[in-house]
Amino acid sequence: MAQTSFANETVLRAVTEKPLRQKWHPEQIQSFLFLLPSMLAIIIFVYVFIAVTFYISLSNWRTAVQDWTLREPLFATYGDLFNNTRFQIDLRNTIVFTLLFILLAVLLGLMLAILLDQNRKMFGIPLFRNAFLFPYALSFIVTGVAWRWIFNPETGINLFFEIFGVNALLASQGLDPLKPGWATDPSVVLQVNDALNVIIPGASDWRVALGIPVALIPVAIAATWQLSGFVMAMYLGGMTSISQEVREAARIDGASEWQVYRHVIIPMLNPVTISVVVILLHTSFKIFDLVISMAGSGPGFATDMPAIFVFDQMFKGTKPNLGTAASIIMLLMVAVIIIPYLRSQTRED
Amino acid sequence: MKTKILLLLIVLLAALAVGAVNAQDDGMVPVDESVTGDLEVFSWWTSGGEAAALQALFDSYAASFPNANIVNATVAGGGGSAARPVLQTRLAGGDPPDTWQVHPGWELLGQYVDPEYVVPINDLYEEMGWNDVVPEQLRDMMTRDGNIYLVLAGVHRGNGFWYNKPILDELGVTIGETLSVDEFIAIADQIVAEMPDVAPLCVGDSGIWATAQLFENTLLGVLGPEGYRGLWDGSVSFDSDEVKQAMTVYGQMLDYQNSDHAALSWDQAVDALMEGRCVFNSMGDWAYGEFVAAGMEDNVDFGWVSHPGTAGSFMVVADGFVMANGAPNEAANAGWLSVIGSRPAQEAFNPLKGSICARTDCDRELFGPYHNWSMDSFSADELVASVVHGTAAPADFQQAMNDAVTLFVVDRDVDAFAAALVDAVAASGFTEAGM
Amino acid sequence: MAAQARLADSHESSPIGGSRIGKVLTIIVLLMALVFYMTPVFIMVNNGLKDATNVSLSTMWNLPETWTGGGFVEAWDKLRPNMINSIIMALPATIISALLGAINGYLFSKWKFKGSDTLFTIMLFGFFIPYQSVLFPMVRFLQEIGLYGTTAGLVLVHVVYGLPVTTLIFRNFYANVPTELVEAARVDGAGLVKIFTRIMMPVSIPAFVVVGIFQFTNIWNDFLFGVIVVQNPDAQPVTIALNNLSGSFSVDWNVVMAGAIVAALPTILVYVFLSRYFVRGLLAGSVKG
Repeated sequence: MAQTSFANETVLRAVTEKPLRQKWHPEQIQSFLFLLPSMLAIIIFVYVFIAVTFYISLSNWRTAVQDWTLREPLFATYGDLFNNTRFQIDLRNTIVFTLLFILLAVLLGLMLAILLDQNRKMFGIPLFRNAFLFPYALSFIVTGVAWRWIFNPETGINLFFEIFGVNALLASQGLDPLKPGWATDPSVVLQVNDALNVIIPGASDWRVALGIPVALIPVAIAATWQLSGFVMAMYLGGMTSISQEVREAARIDGASEWQVYRHVIIPMLNPVTISVVVILLHTSFKIFDLVISMAGSGPGFATDMPAIFVFDQMFKGTKPNLGTAASIIMLLMVAVIIIPYLRSQTRED
Repeated sequence: MKTKILLLLIVLLAALAVGAVNAQDDGMVPVDESVTGDLEVFSWWTSGGEAAALQALFDSYAASFPNANIVNATVAGGGGSAARPVLQTRLAGGDPPDTWQVHPGWELLGQYVDPEYVVPINDLYEEMGWNDVVPEQLRDMMTRDGNIYLVLAGVHRGNGFWYNKPILDELGVTIGETLSVDEFIAIADQIVAEMPDVAPLCVGDSGIWATAQLFENTLLGVLGPEGYRGLWDGSVSFDSDEVKQAMTVYGQMLDYQNSDHAALSWDQAVDALMEGRCVFNSMGDWAYGEFVAAGMEDNVDFGWVSHPGTAGSFMVVADGFVMANGAPNEAANAGWLSVIGSRPAQEAFNPLKGSICARTDCDRELFGPYHNWSMDSFSADELVASVVHGTAAPADFQQAMNDAVTLFVVDRDVDAFAAALVDAVAASGFTEAGM
Repeated sequence: MAAQARLADSHESSPIGGSRIGKVLTIIVLLMALVFYMTPVFIMVNNGLKDATNVSLSTMWNLPETWTGGGFVEAWDKLRPNMINSIIMALPATIISALLGAINGYLFSKWKFKGSDTLFTIMLFGFFIPYQSVLFPMVRFLQEIGLYGTTAGLVLVHVVYGLPVTTLIFRNFYANVPTELVEAARVDGAGLVKIFTRIMMPVSIPAFVVVGIFQFTNIWNDFLFGVIVVQNPDAQPVTIALNNLSGSFSVDWNVVMAGAIVAALPTILVYVFLSRYFVRGLLAGSVKG
């Protein structure tokens, strides 16, 4: 215990900031002025545009003809939205997908970063590093197609169950062959509708099954494949910035390599983890191209996502008010998650 | 007011550009060297036969208007999915291309005529004599309040039913001139019984439109052309018994589909048909191009018939071009529209595109056996409008129908399906507005 | 000095597990990961090398029968003209947004003032803006300032929408740089600008690498803004040409898959170039501490 405390002190000193919090020091005014152009650009490109978007969601604009009059009652489009079975399914999907994807991508990315960080001088490491990053370079539109082929139940990886004799073995035991439908499987496992019925009467009759849509799992795998290399790069970048002395100090104190990571490096990488989670959250909330080309909306909307809903309503159904309402709800969901998270993280600074 | 001035301008231009058309026997639009500048043509024909066909139109145009320059603004993606946001954003922003690709019917009327993004071209039709060669039922799909807005380049037949002939031969089944729903079900049951590894129906609905198209073809097959038309003018309700029966039949057909349907795109379903993993495929005749590309021989390796119950109807899936309101280069665009509507250009375009002419006087020799069959159907049968391809109903209904189909494919709940479509008709209100 | 060398040695010889078995396990895990990462790439390259008629789902695992380049030839011909447009757009947009992000991140982490954390949250929230639903106002605004239809307009859009994330990455990177460094420099009389250029910039190579990878990839692969903001087909980025490899109805999968690889080559070159600095950054890190 005493051995690691020294390391922790070092960490503490490195992470703790002593911001210059005197009241409006001249350099702080300078700081504010330097930030001003960026803030102005963001206010126009983000907040003014969102205001317009929000206005459209309250308007009568529901055909190709622009109609800027406000709808009566004002939030009627939001009522339509929440009564829309497809949007209800999308909300379930986006939550399930986000959890699966962020968990997988962070764990895999961190694991690879540690392995590469450990063996920086080993032969072939640059090759591994670039190979893991490679998928990130490819256009989502096409990688989705490759994954759709791989998860095709007839010709994809299911063939390996045949080749490796898994199905022969199952058949010899009188069992059905293993042939998952992957992204084409419309079933929802771990349904909680009945359990919810106790709290919310009628939940078991909902048309939306609350649970994990099986078809989302291969999509989460594909998204992890594409993004985890970048997560690895972010962690590697962070690890690179941690000076050797910090590690050595911990080692002198007798910490094992694992302990060095567990108690020193990973805690020091907390700011990187924030960046990683924010970026992955951004990807998962807005995911569009990959899903469109890999699985589409899926049977029974098993793989549908809010971004696809927004696109379909805005541009195919030409109902801008419904599409914009859905994107405002998505923004609110982000706000609910991200603002408390950032608050708690910045307080630790 | 603005529209009227434009109209006048177009009359003048058309008179200038194509005045001598009727005098020319070959139907070619006469050469006019006075037309200059860029002409931006916006389409989603980007690859393979489509791109070659579009190029044929450009070549025809260049032959008549050697001094104008075409800017080929293509944005690809299934049925123009990526092109839509681009086009809609540009139109809303007041920056239209000169002309763009449009389906007749509600896509034209709801999305471009109502917001006044396009202007009528009645006089062009008169000058070119198109009212005599373009079937009236087709012209009706492009007309509102007596004004016509679109020039078609070619027509696909949407209600094809393609099959793997060797497999049916093996089963001792011969398909005649027509196929009824009951006949199809009998054959499908025979396939299930005798060939457990082969699915009777090939579906590739990773893009939901493919199975929505199966549904609309089935609607047409069960209701017949009159009943089917009634759905769009409000005289037949989506919760009527006939419609529910059609939904039940559609559900039955889905029971026969290949298990990996959701993983396949429509063309991969055609591949599966050719490979003998499944037997029938309900698809527009762009599928024919896939058979030809794979070196399959008509009536040997594959055959076709109308989708069960739809013989005597021709489901129109047509593509045409419009005159933008405020087109940057109106003179060049009037020339463009006169060219694509002309016989020589359509005779060059359609064999490459795999469609038939949108006029009844094209040279049959230029087309193969399938397209001659389709041309017979085009001139003799009832022409009906497709929802899936944007003609029969407005975009919001089309989207709602796609959504309802997506849910039905899994839960097979006929009542919920019917209720969703009734709601969608009410929300959209198109049956009252009329086309 | 000697202690340092000894420590470096011990680092070398003690990977996780601290033994030979550990090293073997590491390699096995890395190889398994390699298979996972390369399988889809194999599918794309393998089918990209086939002729149009030989590409089909049922033969997706089979190697090409002929070695004539398959879809790569066509993909290269069709994509090459637009590659240069993408470079003209992506390089400046990446560099500008990285520099601005570095400045913002530095100010937000080392020169906090009352409300600066709130400003940061306001900026970061912009990262989540749903692009599809802001296209109409965006086009109107670009028209107002006369940049609609230009590459400069596209660069502007990418820079602005890149600001939140570049600022985030730099801010969180600089959080790890000891504040003592800043304070020591202030005692020596260095101002806000000088501290940034003399002290912060040199230590932030790894952050520039990460931001460079992220921004370049995103901007290079962007489709929506490219196709909306620039209408002239000759000036559009490569992603639009890539998208146009597939038709509205029929798709030559070999060309599409080959195209994806071809279109990604510049990005991959950037990775190979940048990721070497992960190693170099390590040396810089040990010197600075």
